[in-house]
Amino acid sequence: MSILSILSELVHNTIVFSTALIFAALGGVFSERSGVVNIALEGLMIVGAFTGAVITYYVDMSLGGSSWSPWIGFIVAAVVGILFSLFHAAASVTFKADQVVSGVALNFLAAGATVYLVKILFNGAGQTKTLQNVFTKVSIPFLSDIPYLGKAFFTAYPTSYIAFILVAVSYFVLFKTPFGLRLRSVGEHPRAADTMGINVYKMRYLGVMISGALASMGGATIALTTTSNFSHNTVSGQGFIALAAMIFGKWHPIGAMGAALFFGIAQALNSLVQVLGITKYIPVDFIFMLPYILTILVLAGVVGRAVAPASIGKPYEKGSR
Amino acid sequence: MNKWIKMFTKESSLIPLMAILLGLLFGALVMLMGGYNPIKAYLALFNKVFGDLYNFGETIRQITPLIFTGLSVAFAFRTGLFNIGAEGQFIMGSLGAVYIGTQFSLPWYIHAPLAIVVGGIMGGLWGAIAGYLKAKRGVHEVITTIMLNWIALFFTNYVVANFLRAPGQQRSEMIQPSASITLNWLSQVFDNARLHLGTLIALLAAIVFYIILWKTKQGYELRAVGFNPHASEYAGMNVSKNMINAMLIGGIFSGLGGAVEVLGVFKYQSISAGFPGYGFDGIAVALIGANTPLGVVLAAILFGILTFGAPGMKLGAGVPVEVIRIVIASVIFFVAASGIVKSIFSLFKRGKEEVLEK
Repeated sequence: MSILSILSELVHNTIVFSTALIFAALGGVFSERSGVVNIALEGLMIVGAFTGAVITYYVDMSLGGSSWSPWIGFIVAAVVGILFSLFHAAASVTFKADQVVSGVALNFLAAGATVYLVKILFNGAGQTKTLQNVFTKVSIPFLSDIPYLGKAFFTAYPTSYIAFILVAVSYFVLFKTPFGLRLRSVGEHPRAADTMGINVYKMRYLGVMISGALASMGGATIALTTTSNFSHNTVSGQGFIALAAMIFGKWHPIGAMGAALFFGIAQALNSLVQVLGITKYIPVDFIFMLPYILTILVLAGVVGRAVAPASIGKPYEKGSR
Repeated sequence: MNKWIKMFTKESSLIPLMAILLGLLFGALVMLMGGYNPIKAYLALFNKVFGDLYNFGETIRQITPLIFTGLSVAFAFRTGLFNIGAEGQFIMGSLGAVYIGTQFSLPWYIHAPLAIVVGGIMGGLWGAIAGYLKAKRGVHEVITTIMLNWIALFFTNYVVANFLRAPGQQRSEMIQPSASITLNWLSQVFDNARLHLGTLIALLAAIVFYIILWKTKQGYELRAVGFNPHASEYAGMNVSKNMINAMLIGGIFSGLGGAVEVLGVFKYQSISAGFPGYGFDGIAVALIGANTPLGVVLAAILFGILTFGAPGMKLGAGVPVEVIRIVIASVIFFVAASGIVKSIFSLFKRGKEEVLEK
């Protein structure tokens, strides 16, 4: 393989692996900016992957095979993600539960409930049937004709383009609109926000619900692009990597995207390293470890300190000091 | 006797009990919606656990690691820390034990204890990393422990694959017989269920947990820091030292759990893509056990019964085993959002009062 085609392959795989992480990390940004810790990203991704796969399968069956079915699966996954995240919102905002514990419960619930439902729907099988119609790669005219790198950058799953567009949208919404200002203010200083007439509970519910939609879309992306089905290990820890990416990216959409791309490279390198036989020199387990070690180093301030929203994790009690 | 009754009618134990009840009810509802018979399923579950000696013995085996990880999470909780890292500490503990167990030839009275101790220390140090980062760098332990779990998993895979591997297998060599802590005679009584000394060590650990926290100065400090770090600081306690200690001791509990699991049950460490799960269940065990040693033991028994009995539900009523994960999740959820449980309580109370008024 020539260097350029290796590079092209690497860039391409990085984008594929990063897409799901970008969705989920963006979701984390919305929730945590509103002051609600979201350990449940993993569970939300599982729910999204499950919903995406199952809905796509059934729509495909009833339409007799259609390239639209993954789109329907993807959108329904976002809606179900919102509904599922309401558990977290209700527990942590309304009932003032410990947000981390509630998130842990949601992760448990997602892992159990999805496999339970898959077994009911698919006659006891532990995974959904392989989907006939999933997202296919789209080439952007002209740009994708650039030798080597054009194909790497501009031939991708539609979900990747959506993810990158959503990064820009999130940035705009969070930092350039009144809604974003309100959302951030309830995460920093809910008391002050309340005084200004902002409904803290409502904003926090919205933050969690947006995160539910986005993380769930991230999960659906995995099922509808790379795995083409759903099983108990479709997501396997990517939600936690997304959580790390969000922190690595300092609770900022563009930072989160950068971190997700970085973790995507780590994953892309994995497969590349195995293909090229580099595992003789660097054990593959160490490459697996890399994102997690880096996250700790970032958090420990070795690579620049990350500061969380000030009121994160604290339930807001109206009228308390 | 009165004291016992009081212990279980306090609000602090009523909420977990209510949560368990609600969890089981929710599980029943989920089964009904799936077209299964929940009564038949729960009966099959208990039948699996208590039906014969072998399965009863295996249930005890299943309960053992849950006591360790439950204690681990509970200990950190007492200091106001949330240890999601029991999983990683558990794996590091089993790695330490399997290393000593396979690489050394020692008389049994040194070999097994050494393997257990090394396992405990490995788990403890792994926990202490998170404690250190929290204390000295202000890094939230929830994130570091999650990251450390994955690092422990891959690190263990690396060590097992490259230094301890049995040829052609996805696991380490078997440990030397001298490092085994299987209780052969007891195991024979229970139809060769894999009973081991670790269960006894787990119960001892629960007692040690109690003694450290409630009978020593260190324990007083740990609890004080957990209750109010600022006041403790003002009272002259070293808050960061206490954080590190809490994670160290918590980690030791998990590490011991991993060690006895390897030395008593499997006798090897496998190369695995995922976690054994005892660490995550330990979170649930600690929460439901209200972070007390007795509570943790009782919660571990409940969880052991539920998870070991789940395949019985599959056999007896055709219910997928995952339904138990749903039950566990909803129990945690109800404990976490105890506000929900409380409002259900007050509904009942109000109902009663209305009846009385009429």
